[in-house]
Amino acid sequence: MSITNFGSLSAVALSARVGSGDLVPADTVAASFDTADAVSAGRDGLNLILWSNRELALRDASSLAEGMAKAGKGGLLAGVPLAVKDNIATLGLPTTCASKILAGYVSPYEATAIIRLREEGAIVVAKTNMDEFAMGSSTENSAYGPAHNPHDVRRVTGGSSGGSAAAVAAGIVPIALGSETGGSVRQPAAFCGIVGVKPTYGRVSRHGLVAFASSLDQIGTMARNVDDAALTMEIMSGLDPFDSTSSSAPVGGYRDQYMSLATNPAPLEGMKIGVPAEYFPENLDPGIRQLCLRSVDALKSLGAKVIDVKMPQTPLAIPVYYIVAPAEASSNLARFDGVRYGFRSEEASTLSELYSITRSEGFGPEVTRRILLGTYVLSAGYYDAYYKKAQAVRALITRDFGAVFGDGVDALFTPTTPTTAFPIGGITDPYEMYLSDIFTVTANLAGVPAMSLPIGRVGGLPVGGQIIAPHFGEAAMFRVAYALESALGQEAHQ
Amino acid sequence: MSDERYEMVVGLEVHVQLKTKSKAFCGCSADFGAPPNANTCPVCLALPGALPVLNEKAVELASRAAVALGCTLHPVSVFARKNYFYPDLPKGYQISQFDQPLATNGKLEIETADGKKQIGITRVHMEEDAGKSLHDRYPGETAIDLNRSGVPLIEIVSEPDMRSSAEAGAYLRSLRQILLYLRVSDVSMEEGSLRVDANISARLKGQKELGTKTEVKNMNSFSGVERALDFEFARQCALLDRGEKISQQTLLWDAAKGEARVSRTKEGSHDYRYFPEPDLLPLVLDKNWINEIKASIPELPADRKKRFAEEYRISSEEIEQLTSATDLSDYFESAARESGDPKAAANWVMGEVQAALNISGVSLDQLRVRPADLAQLIKLIRDGLVSHAAGKKIFARMLETGKPAAQVAHDESLLKVGDDSALTGWIDEVIREHPDEAGRYLAGEKKLQGVLVGFVMKKSGGKADPKRVNQLLMSRAGGG
Repeated sequence: MSITNFGSLSAVALSARVGSGDLVPADTVAASFDTADAVSAGRDGLNLILWSNRELALRDASSLAEGMAKAGKGGLLAGVPLAVKDNIATLGLPTTCASKILAGYVSPYEATAIIRLREEGAIVVAKTNMDEFAMGSSTENSAYGPAHNPHDVRRVTGGSSGGSAAAVAAGIVPIALGSETGGSVRQPAAFCGIVGVKPTYGRVSRHGLVAFASSLDQIGTMARNVDDAALTMEIMSGLDPFDSTSSSAPVGGYRDQYMSLATNPAPLEGMKIGVPAEYFPENLDPGIRQLCLRSVDALKSLGAKVIDVKMPQTPLAIPVYYIVAPAEASSNLARFDGVRYGFRSEEASTLSELYSITRSEGFGPEVTRRILLGTYVLSAGYYDAYYKKAQAVRALITRDFGAVFGDGVDALFTPTTPTTAFPIGGITDPYEMYLSDIFTVTANLAGVPAMSLPIGRVGGLPVGGQIIAPHFGEAAMFRVAYALESALGQEAHQ
Repeated sequence: MSDERYEMVVGLEVHVQLKTKSKAFCGCSADFGAPPNANTCPVCLALPGALPVLNEKAVELASRAAVALGCTLHPVSVFARKNYFYPDLPKGYQISQFDQPLATNGKLEIETADGKKQIGITRVHMEEDAGKSLHDRYPGETAIDLNRSGVPLIEIVSEPDMRSSAEAGAYLRSLRQILLYLRVSDVSMEEGSLRVDANISARLKGQKELGTKTEVKNMNSFSGVERALDFEFARQCALLDRGEKISQQTLLWDAAKGEARVSRTKEGSHDYRYFPEPDLLPLVLDKNWINEIKASIPELPADRKKRFAEEYRISSEEIEQLTSATDLSDYFESAARESGDPKAAANWVMGEVQAALNISGVSLDQLRVRPADLAQLIKLIRDGLVSHAAGKKIFARMLETGKPAAQVAHDESLLKVGDDSALTGWIDEVIREHPDEAGRYLAGEKKLQGVLVGFVMKKSGGKADPKRVNQLLMSRAGGG
């Protein structure tokens, strides 16, 4: 049965219809694949999807249908098609991190986050394009070429989770998984006009997420509305015995909290929201500034008290990030050596060549740059000056957050990005590219949860507003986001 | 020999495989001897996205070793990545500990020619083992077995406190014995569960500063370590004598040729780019947990030797032998206590028990004669119910059947015969069969009494009570 308006239906709505028997899982899977075809999401089109297999997804749909028949009910995501960034391990489809070095690699095990979503009835329909090993802010650094923004195909999707963001924006799936190391969910979510959530570090298990920078990496959710994002996050979160850095802090209650306030005309009453001046620099796009001020007014009208706060270490975030993340990456990517799996160069005749030629041919230029950078900052004689100092400054950035949240601020509101989606090939200087994450990397360095949601458009292109909350303050973050989303209504997309 | 002008300075780095069921950071079996790559999973194969999870048992064993070596166990220690490329190191880094190790500042006492000596222990830290590269399995190719990848190790680093190869040997033997007592490792150099790297330098006697050191690796026995050190010391002394400099390098010991050769790999040029392992939280040890570990340390070899000397009045050679392994000394001690005869227990354990273990190849805990059984046998002999010769027969039967001593003695009719009618019969036979000796004895040649008793004992199959035989013979000779 075909589904009217499939591309605008929420995960909550779809699973309700599948759960009630109005739809079967095969219907939603077919609708997802048909939409992907219609918008030309493949390699020769928008280039959002690297790997998908209709037969496999339909088989999953029919075994889900059998399971539901036996259990007499569906899960919270019954029959909901899910797109997954290509750096998260899934069974059946390849997991290549959009890198030549993992060409053809299929994981023999599945990420904890995927297992938890499948248990609630989600069906993996696609592995999405991304910057190679999540290193980039535009999804141009893919071994399979750049992804195109559905709002303007000449522009980037943002990155590194660009394929997932655009797949949600294009209506192929209601929810998708991305990953963040420094803004890689929120920035593309803003560029593609959807909701993107990066949870507290340790909230979602990293087991099965191919490591880029272990102390920063988190799996995040992307959705067309706050409620779907919160629901997905509630399902994925929680302690995992396979990840020592996952937290045992209690999960959930996010949806209950904002739902209980749904009829309240001032659902943010009693909340204090901070607006940090450092996130509104002079050169900020005036259109983006304007939309942020509109959202701040909305927050006030929802009952929140909005105050100015100071986050003085913010300008240090990008330099610190580009020491810590490459350092960890240089070690994490050492396992891609051509010995056990993935690509191995035929040119090598000695052990040393096996490493050097395989890795030179297998990694793209940005990954190579960061491995070299990271190797350098960890080297004897440079460790103290770079890595150790960067970690010390990282602690100062974290203290900025601790100070404002300790002062009774419940959440911060900022723009997600300094610009809207830029043209493909428009930024060639790596450092200029790094600056597109200037408002997002702080939350990764501090480990606090943050999300982006659509707050309007400039020149026809989506703009994201960012909400940042204290460690494990997801409930407060979603409460603010849900209220703001409701208040803005259709204005969020205009 | 010019060597006498120089002094050897040695520090040892000992890697010990911990005896855990599973590996350090995953649930795979840590057993030795499985088919290649049978004990592997995404974590120890370093598949993309897999993460390490610390094995608490490994922490416990490592901590016990550290405490027994007199180290300060740190409430917080930090795992670090040691980065280098090698085909049998699947992650491209080894999880180890670097600037915040598990434990530091311990000591180990050894016996030297000049008496007791303390050797400082710099640190004990945890790390994981690498896999194995097999170069001889497929011609022209290298095969990799990752069964050992991720098996938990501790590295025990000593101060450069040893001054001879004999001291190094004594340190290793003493360390091995302590680890055996703690039951934290199999400590077998043959199976690779104990590996030794030696740092050695030479300096003029009386000189304060240390000379340039070299590292010697690849020894596969303690005596190999001693020979390698003597070889390398002689080489360094010869160089110094010629006024040449020692270059800091790694040498590999070739036991077959009895020489150490410079390793082709440039160990010194490695920059391991250590940094804290972000996949593992700092290892935090609770105060109560540390106290429990301290309380769990069994009596260690040095204390046990001292106590045995005080309690059992047996010779120092006997004590050395009996305390060589914890199970053997436990066995001895039970038998000694239950029999009330430590001297006899020591003799039995070092004699028949050891022989039985050597012949059968079973471990002591599988031996069918338990300490209580041995104690019963010792009592039967002491009480004169069986002869010592019959005792050995009984022991052999106990090994086979697992039956108690008294029952074996009864079933095999090995209880002493003290009944005069049976004894008189045997004596009569002996006198008939040995008329010469008997005649001379009865004529007053008293010294032949022992010979005749021996004949009677033999005839009785060891069952005759020799005391009564003596009395009966004396009454025949008209003595008494």
